[in-house]
Amino acid sequence: MKPLIIGDKTFGSRLFTGTGKFSSSQLMEEALLASGSELVTVALKRVDVNSNSDDILKHLSHTQFNLLPNTSGVRNAKEAVFAAQLAREALETNWLKLEIHPDPKYLLPDAIETLNAAEELVKLGFIVLPYIHADPVLCKRLEEVGTAAVMPLGSAIGSNKGLRTRDFLEIIIEQSKIPVVVDAGIGAPSHAAEAMEMGADAVLVNTAIAVSENPVQMAKAFKMAVEAGRMAYEAKLAKPKNFAEASSPLTAFLED
Amino acid sequence: MKDFKNIFDSYNWDDVKQSILAKTDADVLQALQKERRTLEDFKAMISSAAMPYLEQMAQLSNALTQKRFGKTIQMYAPLYLSNECQNICTYCAFSYNNKIKRKTLSDNEILREVAVIKEMGYDHVLLVTGEANQTVGVEYLRHAIKLIRPHFSNISIEVQPLDKADYEILMDEGLHTVLVYQETYHRENYKIHHPKGRKSNFDYRLETPDRLGQAGVYKIGLGVLIGLEDWRTDCFFTAAHLDYLEKTYWQTKYSISFPRLRPIEVGTQENSSMKSFTAFMSDKELVQLICAYRIFNEEVELSISTRENEKFRNHIIKLGITSMSAGSKTNPGGYAVEPQSLEQFEISDERSPKEIAAIIKQQGYEAVWKDWDRSLVNG
Repeated sequence: MKPLIIGDKTFGSRLFTGTGKFSSSQLMEEALLASGSELVTVALKRVDVNSNSDDILKHLSHTQFNLLPNTSGVRNAKEAVFAAQLAREALETNWLKLEIHPDPKYLLPDAIETLNAAEELVKLGFIVLPYIHADPVLCKRLEEVGTAAVMPLGSAIGSNKGLRTRDFLEIIIEQSKIPVVVDAGIGAPSHAAEAMEMGADAVLVNTAIAVSENPVQMAKAFKMAVEAGRMAYEAKLAKPKNFAEASSPLTAFLED
Repeated sequence: MKDFKNIFDSYNWDDVKQSILAKTDADVLQALQKERRTLEDFKAMISSAAMPYLEQMAQLSNALTQKRFGKTIQMYAPLYLSNECQNICTYCAFSYNNKIKRKTLSDNEILREVAVIKEMGYDHVLLVTGEANQTVGVEYLRHAIKLIRPHFSNISIEVQPLDKADYEILMDEGLHTVLVYQETYHRENYKIHHPKGRKSNFDYRLETPDRLGQAGVYKIGLGVLIGLEDWRTDCFFTAAHLDYLEKTYWQTKYSISFPRLRPIEVGTQENSSMKSFTAFMSDKELVQLICAYRIFNEEVELSISTRENEKFRNHIIKLGITSMSAGSKTNPGGYAVEPQSLEQFEISDERSPKEIAAIIKQQGYEAVWKDWDRSLVNG
């Protein structure tokens, strides 16, 4: 499998993970280690940056985990930029998962605020990975302002519904010059494999692992699915045929 | 634009009550099988027709809650700042006509209380007062929030309803959440339960969540006092209120509480007695209500206080609840300053926050102490 390069980092694993919803930080650590994930996102609002012994950060202090702070909780670009600067200072990384979802019910991203914040954060030197709708035009606009990747959603966050935005993800993947990470809605390893087979560069999974009966085993299942999907993509999947082989071809006369 | 009062006025209490009573087995089954539920489905799920389906409702509530909130329970502590109150509420120990020693905490006293609450592990705090606008008005609250802001990541209040501009002042100091319970949506009987004081204005209270939404408060807490009127009808109105608010103030989060009335101490300090309330709602019915709220609305936060007893609280963790208090004191100064003073109500679960966190862990969940950062609030 080809390694994935985003910004200044090279990843062997194409499975990115979240840190919320686990029944304990210990279990989170075990599951994330089992997933092989090298990029884990953590909400600024959950960590106590003033304490040296924050429980979540303590359990993430493995060298293979690169931290990806996220701005969950902010409602607009101004708040996002402020939170990003705090996260950079506290967690000592300029990587950022930009999440602006002013709608606390479905946690759907605000395209306008996200684009504005992304532009400013790139100027401030951040490696920005924005969480967005599967909107191909928005993805190109984000690419133009200099984000390191785009993270379109498969379906609503935490919904486990899979790739309901499939048609638009295909366009995004086809057009994008920067890595495409499918984020949100991936509820089963088969969904992750499907995204990877389509040519997504990576997927981000949280709820499906954290809330399962056995998060460690589920993390391994996702690891395998992501690898399988990527390998299949690189090996060039046979496309299903759209046309039947006609027994009396309509264009045969041209050969006469 | 229609505000909630217009919608509320289109309902008739008795008709709603009858329509809940009329729900059938088939209505319940249909509600449980849908993907998203309506207010009519909610009525079915809180009706007595749903009782045979309690286990199925509990399983569904458990799964939906985990999907959204994970295996976590958020922890918060109430901090009573004052028991001064100009209202008469027939069920409350702080009622104006109850001859008790009145107390409003000074800065120094607030900080002593804060130190104890912080020591318990808390990072989210709920400030509570009675309604005494001369001594515990907006200026007192503004000052109190400013005073404690450096110590907590998340600050909520449960105080008298205020004007929109007042909420904006408090938000500038770092206020995140406002809890304002309607107590009951029974307009006529509301007057009987609240005969005197500013609180007797039903409409001003009813319109408070609209003012909060307009002020842009991050989270609004709704609820009714269970034990005043028919709980099913009252909770239907809470759900209808939530439904309206979510569609109108779509950037705001919501939480619901379901406080069952507890015995209170009435009389003078020398000659006091306990006043209790008829148990209007069984444990089974409270479980039914919690599950019904969750199945009706997968995203709303559901909160349980120390009003409920140990056994109930141990088991309710898995059934749809998302936040809990523990080790609570319901008297101003109760943590450090004057531990013996009169409580607003008698708590039923006296276990410490650490013990409750251990129970939460035993149930396969994690107690979350911090889920907000003060840097995220304006000001």
